[in-house]
Amino acid sequence: MMSLAQVEDHVRKAVELGVKEFYFTGGEPFLHPQIEQMLSAALAVGPVTVLTNATRFTPERVAALARLRDASPYSLELRTSLDGFSSETNDPIRGWGSFQRILHGIRLLLEGGFLPIITAMRSWPVDQDEAQLAGFRNLLAAMGYRYPRMKLLPSLKLGQEVRRDRGYAEHEYLTESMMAGFDPGHLMCSSGRIVSARGVHVCPILVDWPDSYLGASLHEGQAQYTLRHQACLTCYQFGALCANASSSAPSLEQTRRHGRDPS
Amino acid sequence: MTGQTRIGLFGGVYSNALALRALLQDAGMRGLDRLYCLGDLGAFGPYPDRVCEVLRATGIPVIQGNYDHSLGNGLADCRCGYTDPRDNYFAKLSYDYTFSRTSTGHKCWLAQLPAELRLTIGPWRVLLCHGSPRKTNEFLWETATSDAFLAWLFKRYECDVIVATHTGLPWAREVTVQAGCQAHAAQADGVPRSGWFVNCGAIGRPANDGRTTVIYAVLSLPHTMLRKPEVKFVRLAYDHERFAGEMRAEGLPEEFVQTILTGWWTTCNEILPAKERARGRY
Repeated sequence: MMSLAQVEDHVRKAVELGVKEFYFTGGEPFLHPQIEQMLSAALAVGPVTVLTNATRFTPERVAALARLRDASPYSLELRTSLDGFSSETNDPIRGWGSFQRILHGIRLLLEGGFLPIITAMRSWPVDQDEAQLAGFRNLLAAMGYRYPRMKLLPSLKLGQEVRRDRGYAEHEYLTESMMAGFDPGHLMCSSGRIVSARGVHVCPILVDWPDSYLGASLHEGQAQYTLRHQACLTCYQFGALCANASSSAPSLEQTRRHGRDPS
Repeated sequence: MTGQTRIGLFGGVYSNALALRALLQDAGMRGLDRLYCLGDLGAFGPYPDRVCEVLRATGIPVIQGNYDHSLGNGLADCRCGYTDPRDNYFAKLSYDYTFSRTSTGHKCWLAQLPAELRLTIGPWRVLLCHGSPRKTNEFLWETATSDAFLAWLFKRYECDVIVATHTGLPWAREVTVQAGCQAHAAQADGVPRSGWFVNCGAIGRPANDGRTTVIYAVLSLPHTMLRKPEVKFVRLAYDHERFAGEMRAEGLPEEFVQTILTGWWTTCNEILPAKERARGRY
């Protein structure tokens, strides 16, 4: 687990490097006893997004988060995982009984004036997106979230998804020819770095792979990374998985032409 | 007392020829020294050729937005950067309409517009772009853009003032740029200096604030570094009811018409950060 001092140190270094925004993920960030101080340190210098399972919220905690939000000029985003709009669809993925606990957390956030981004892993074929999204929207509207913010994530064929769905096939790797003409701006690893208690990593998905470790400090972790893992294929296919919509845009693929002032 | 140069900056025209004409009149009354357009001439509104005609006739320098780039190069979509299916549905309706009604001559003109414009006004190095200096369709929202990132942009792109429009929501911020990192001569004393970021808003649709006016920016640049640049956002009233009527006559989505009539964004809300989203109605 990272200490508050470690987080503050990384935040300082990130500012020196011109950081645009911060994301907190875990495990579950709200299990950390000093998460509020950590968020406060980051919100003092930039926008913050927390990826949470929403099962640890109490009215007191939400009130504290609202104070942090209101004290900062930057946005505090709370991204809440919900993988189905019923117990039957969510709980097999997120754990038995989790559906009701998540809804309780979302309700508390709404009461605190938050507009959580409800993040669902796509456990259905892409062509069912609209019907599935409608299901989520109906559920959330019934809870008083009239215009819910939603984010769909593709399923990474790792961990329990290997058992639930399938793992990557042997041939599912990126090749050099696939990268020709591809804009790496789609990928979080082209502009973002992950810090853990151990140091700096290239990607949150690959944090446990030794070769994703880039060094002890953010200043050392700037090197480019070859997309050698199978999970890289999913990022290649679906774009920056971890970013909020407000910070991601598809490439314009334009040759920059530099103008001169005609006057 | 030394003088100053006052420039008018506008973008996100979105085919709103009525707002554009109101802007030209307003800028004339204010006696602004120059005007610059930061791109996205089409989208949203009716009769896209009209704004091209007006702008080309005036000779106002225009920067290429993502929409102009797509139209000019015959791309299949606007590269607006939306991620939500509903937002993309409306973006496509609007793009297909605009593409089919923009003349070939105007498309060729849009294709050759520059992606940025660098000006030197008095002691100030000004960079005009559409989204950000590094990416035409990058979103720089007020509550999702750190001071540190802006300071990095000023150093990386060697300028004192950056103006953009892409998100369509106006804001301005002065940030401290670390001493010793700039090429500028006045920096030789090592004193920390400032950079000014301005999003000039959009004149094509309201700023999601429940008001039907649209916004552009007037930037006053003193001819000495002893005084700071000043930014004023101008709220522009125009005949929005007539514009709504023209949109309906062209069969454009009622959701767009409602934005013009109410001042609230009805589409493209999913890209907003939390604080900007909370200020809107939807």
